[in-house]
Amino acid sequence: MGTSFGRGGATTFQQDLANSDCIVIQGSNMAECHPVGFQWVMEAKARGAKVIHVDPRFTRTSALADIHVPLRAGSDIAFLGGIINYVLEHEKYFREYMLAYTNAATIVNERFAGADELDGVFSGLDRERRSYDVSTWQYEGAEVQAASGKRDQLWAERTRHGVRQSGRGEAHGSGGAEIGTEPRTDETLEHPRCVFQILKRHFARYTPERVEEICGVPREKFLQVCELLTENSGRERTSAFAYAVGWTQHTVGVQYIRTAGILQALLGNIGRPGGGILALRGHASIQGSTDIPTLFNLLPGYIPMPHAHTNEDLATFVEAESAQKGYWGNMKSYLVSLLKAWWGPAATPDNEFRFDYLPRLTGSHSTYETVLEQLDGTCNGYFLMGENPAVGSANAKMQRLGMAALDWLVVRDFSLIESATWWQDGPEIETGELRTEDIATEVFFLPAAAHTEKDGSFTNTQRLLQWHHQAVEPEGDARSDLWFIYHLGRRIREKLAAAARDGTRKEADAERDRPVLDLTWDYPTKGRHAEPEAEAVLAEINGWNADAEPLSTYEQLKDDGSTACGCWIYCGVYAEGVNQAARRKPGTEQNWVASEWAWAWPLNRRILYNRASADPDGKPWSERKAYVWWDAEQEKWTGHDIPDFKATKAPDFEPEEGAKGPDALRGTDAFIMQADGKAWLYVPAGLTDGPLPTHYEPHESPFANLLYGQQRNPVRQLLRHENNRFQPSDGQPGADVFPYVLTTYRLTEHHTAGGMSRWQPYLAELQPELFCEISPELATERGLEHLGWATIVTARTAIEARVLVTDRVSPLRVQGRTLHQVGVPYHWGPNGLSTGDAVNELASMALDPNTHIQEVKALTCDIRPGRRPRGPERVELVERYQREAGITDETGTEV
Amino acid sequence: MGVRQWIEGWPVYRQWTEKDPSGRGAAAKSRRSDSLRPRTDQADRVVKSICPYCAVGCGQNVYVSGEQVTQIEGDPDSPVSRGRLCPKGAASLQLTTGSAREHQVLYRRPYGTEWEPLDLDTAMDMIAERTIASRERGWQWEVDGARTRRTLGFASLGGATLDNEENYLIKKLFTALGAVQIENQARV
Repeated sequence: MGTSFGRGGATTFQQDLANSDCIVIQGSNMAECHPVGFQWVMEAKARGAKVIHVDPRFTRTSALADIHVPLRAGSDIAFLGGIINYVLEHEKYFREYMLAYTNAATIVNERFAGADELDGVFSGLDRERRSYDVSTWQYEGAEVQAASGKRDQLWAERTRHGVRQSGRGEAHGSGGAEIGTEPRTDETLEHPRCVFQILKRHFARYTPERVEEICGVPREKFLQVCELLTENSGRERTSAFAYAVGWTQHTVGVQYIRTAGILQALLGNIGRPGGGILALRGHASIQGSTDIPTLFNLLPGYIPMPHAHTNEDLATFVEAESAQKGYWGNMKSYLVSLLKAWWGPAATPDNEFRFDYLPRLTGSHSTYETVLEQLDGTCNGYFLMGENPAVGSANAKMQRLGMAALDWLVVRDFSLIESATWWQDGPEIETGELRTEDIATEVFFLPAAAHTEKDGSFTNTQRLLQWHHQAVEPEGDARSDLWFIYHLGRRIREKLAAAARDGTRKEADAERDRPVLDLTWDYPTKGRHAEPEAEAVLAEINGWNADAEPLSTYEQLKDDGSTACGCWIYCGVYAEGVNQAARRKPGTEQNWVASEWAWAWPLNRRILYNRASADPDGKPWSERKAYVWWDAEQEKWTGHDIPDFKATKAPDFEPEEGAKGPDALRGTDAFIMQADGKAWLYVPAGLTDGPLPTHYEPHESPFANLLYGQQRNPVRQLLRHENNRFQPSDGQPGADVFPYVLTTYRLTEHHTAGGMSRWQPYLAELQPELFCEISPELATERGLEHLGWATIVTARTAIEARVLVTDRVSPLRVQGRTLHQVGVPYHWGPNGLSTGDAVNELASMALDPNTHIQEVKALTCDIRPGRRPRGPERVELVERYQREAGITDETGTEV
Repeated sequence: MGVRQWIEGWPVYRQWTEKDPSGRGAAAKSRRSDSLRPRTDQADRVVKSICPYCAVGCGQNVYVSGEQVTQIEGDPDSPVSRGRLCPKGAASLQLTTGSAREHQVLYRRPYGTEWEPLDLDTAMDMIAERTIASRERGWQWEVDGARTRRTLGFASLGGATLDNEENYLIKKLFTALGAVQIENQARV
């Protein structure tokens, strides 16, 4: 989403689905996993919309859809790529929209070669290093920076001349570098290297016949989807996509979403009512924890964490990471304001606002790499706050082994989850691989406060910040995480300050401690537990000016240190000193946009890029789909929502020569975060694995890639370890040992790794134990009985589950063979009231190279009747399978 | 009880006279059930909240009596959820007030076989000491000649179930301490 459109968030809001004429739900079982949000799909259906569900399993979502399309798990890019091919071939795209608002006409440099020419890889692939030189993907004559994703890719090139230029810029007090030339375009779309033609060539091979062979979807059904979607897109009609982790949890997950992004941009469905792409997220504030990231690679508001480069200063960083045009052109203001929020008076222009205080990255430091660092002793302490990796992470055994190598572990949760008790009763204790008496890890369990016991805001799936008020005080030792982190910081600061005073610290220590001691950490507290005021933290996130007055928009942020702001995209949430996230004007008293209920980032805009809901002249594309338009009399944008555009910038506005940042945006540049103001059909920068989505087989697959010689994503991220063995794919010896495709999913009655649901009697009663869903045909083939036990085996482990024989998972015909799929919900673990084996034990650490998300939605397995062996025999069974499949440390690691 | 009262109290009579022919409404009420009042009626206050499970973000009304949460219902004012909750959201009273919640700090010492209770203040002090020590042990001023000013000594995981304000302070403190391995469920 970020790389296609500019912001890493849902482009629309759930209620607006009601305005859709067609809704495609793919990679999500919305009716069961987001049941209350699904009411808006049903509203749309009641108004005549078509609902299409594309999913390996028949679920309640399928039951309520007009069409259910079962497809092979892991083949979605082929399916969506097929629709793109249909749209291009039959000229079903929304031409005026596409020309005005996408980069279809932009010409790509001549060094670029596509997957259609190179048999499944793009130009610039370095097979040794398993990475791309992405510079060959750039536009012709202009180098653009990505609005999100991997922005450090072109650091060396961007700064080679840039360092010199920024030196001059700083001397003039302006900052920033010279703007590159505008990219060349061909409005006729006929230039062979324009994005439109590249797109046509790239997707030409994604024919209905290939879709049928790869996805197992009959071509008639596929064409029916193509027709419904295109009939319901255009001037008068709009279609929406909804997806969830069925798309993200793959070794090409980002490209799944990119494919939908391309399709929606071609069809003119972004920024318009009833259109968009709705990312359905599974945790109350997973959007918020990405916006204000507890993620290694980001600072608040999607500012990248700096990588280690020699002699890098603030100006060089901004030069390399910001864009010349669009709102990322003001990145320096966002970053300087963040540094001011964190280091207050200690951050001055003379010391570059303490930019040097930020730790530097040297590659990936994701949770999966952290496990390897725990095992080699580099990382010896670990905080777990509301997450249960001993159940929820791929190859959960590795997580536990990592924790067993720690010096200390802090677990903050409601109950004694598996990540707190693995040393006592984890699976490795049972198999004898670990002995409690031998484990040195010191474990602290700290009970957490519930949402009813603390103030704070969650950011929901539609970027909406909603405040929850404290109802009661937490009992006993239970405390909020706000309390924990604030008081931990206070104690650490006191200890470091005391050590500095008594002279026991060396000079290097003092230098090391300065970022901690200079940190602004004075939050007012309340109540008998000295709970920090959450609203004071929100006020800091929102930011203030030199007079300590709350800011109301990020347009007010300055790069001279006169403003402070903890997260620029949240600026405005505390406008006028009012907690906007706590606004609760009833929905029944507002229009469907409900702008006065809570607050959405950015600047309370509910549909992103909504400038595109009007034509280039600023008039609605149609009366039926009017949303935001230019009012020529008042000379401003107006409509049902807040315009996601400068309110007074006329549709015919042309920037002055040499204009920078937001000022360089034309009156038609609806995608205001993008360096060229356009939605990106083709991504010239920001992705590690290709400018266009390409069908690759999952890391482990029983099938060959029919479209290219390249079997898998060549730059997928693999973490090699003796406990993380990979399985052979089609064509390799031993592939038939794991003949079935396994996919994981969620249930209505449980939540993620179960920490908030397996302990609740109501929920445990509704879903009492782990099961797997298989077809009657597979049951016959493997001798499995309904309600009996099955053992599921991969190269990582063996688990057991009750068997549910059902037509809901139907066998598919793929490449002339019958494919059986096994569906398994992943909520369980050995603790709580409702227990079962943890399904993510089966998966490996094979990751998407952009997001470092693991592939758990499509892997291969074997399934056999009966319970799994107990004790050491469980390990022996897995080793037997490994030997039978001939698995070595090299298996599956081919480029 | 008079005859009249006896007849009028007869359910069949009530089904007829109280316009409840199927006997599933008002006529089914006994004198006792008629006198019952929902917990929500007696609440001292109603606190506005948001469901803590998935990211739909359903509105919740939290009913409090005598400084105890007594019921959690869907908030009909919410334009997102219009008063509905799913089974998980509807069970959040159990989540917040049920017996599964721990209220005591527990400690497992190295090589220990059992949990031991620990005082919260002591635990916080021990954790602060350990954070400082791990930070120093894993400190890296430079890597391959480039300045890193960081520690790989400790890591943090979790945040998607927490508040924005909590995530903000986690990122702020741990970054200032030099940690880079700060992660959450967005990776799973």
